[in-house]
Amino acid sequence: MAHDNAPEHHANVDHTAMGIEKEHPTWSTYWKVAVILTLITVVEVWVYYIPSFVASRGFVPTLLVLSAVKFAIVVLFYMHLRYDHKLFRAVFTGPLIIAMTTIVALMFLFGHLRIGAGAAG
Amino acid sequence: MSHAAALSGVQDDPHGEHPVTSTGLDNKKLAIWAFIGSECMLFASLISTYLIYKGRSVVGPYPHDPCGPPNCSANFPAILNIPVTSASTFVLLMSSLAMVLALAAVENADQPMPTEFGARLLRSSKLWLWMTAILGTTFLGFQAYEFTSFVHEGLTIRTNLFGSSFFTLTGFHGAHVTAGVLWLLTLLAIDYRRGLGPKDAINVDLAALYWHFVDVVWIAIFTLVYLIK
Repeated sequence: MAHDNAPEHHANVDHTAMGIEKEHPTWSTYWKVAVILTLITVVEVWVYYIPSFVASRGFVPTLLVLSAVKFAIVVLFYMHLRYDHKLFRAVFTGPLIIAMTTIVALMFLFGHLRIGAGAAG
Repeated sequence: MSHAAALSGVQDDPHGEHPVTSTGLDNKKLAIWAFIGSECMLFASLISTYLIYKGRSVVGPYPHDPCGPPNCSANFPAILNIPVTSASTFVLLMSSLAMVLALAAVENADQPMPTEFGARLLRSSKLWLWMTAILGTTFLGFQAYEFTSFVHEGLTIRTNLFGSSFFTLTGFHGAHVTAGVLWLLTLLAIDYRRGLGPKDAINVDLAALYWHFVDVVWIAIFTLVYLIK
């Protein structure tokens, strides 16, 4: 498509104030990201319907990894964290790490996770 | 230089377009990222509450297991409807694509309009803002259908621990989507009134960041609540 090769100048966009350090992706990149997100979602739902895989130890880690990949793709490409100022990265990832640590700590505290035993039944 | 600016050590913008900040970044964008960071902790508390109570309901219906008397008033299959939720997840993912295309269209509004039909479509901020709002509303429709069917099957916010934590978590998320749709509609109103251009990119960017955050929260909820048994 013609627009794939068109340069995006954004001449009147205030890049400095918006914290844009690198040029944002092109439209074609956004479409590719959407396709990847859709494919990952399809895989997630597909594995949900495989009883032998659901019963295996790899089911939960697989879903968590796929979900984390989707999360990272949206944050990096659609929220432009990959292209924007590092202060935005710090302001987002700091609380995110606290939030994830809190979830894991509460899982241990209430006995859903145990050291050396994996997930509690 | 104004008196206040001189006191703070911040110089006024020579072009008068926006105030220069100590970070050199727009305070609104920094604020929305800080807000999103705080929202991460809000949803972490709701998700962890759901996970802590998972599997501890005394009476049914249950999310992934069938239920019958005496724990349920009748025989029910697993209450979560994965096909419907998968469709709503896809809708929300596509709304994020529409939102990022809306932002790109606003950023490029002052560029010469291409002749190719597909490229012209990509440059319409109104089209992509409408698409995002409609997809967001569709997601809310799926959620309304899901909540209604759950209530008909005997699961309310007061039925059991699963119902309480599930409705609270997904209800909070739905409220965020509703706020996002209203925000998009205000942007559309501005676009129809005077048009959105590159100077408005920062304001559209703020709405886009909020919308994508709502999307990533759902990515986590879909896996942790719906798919992991």
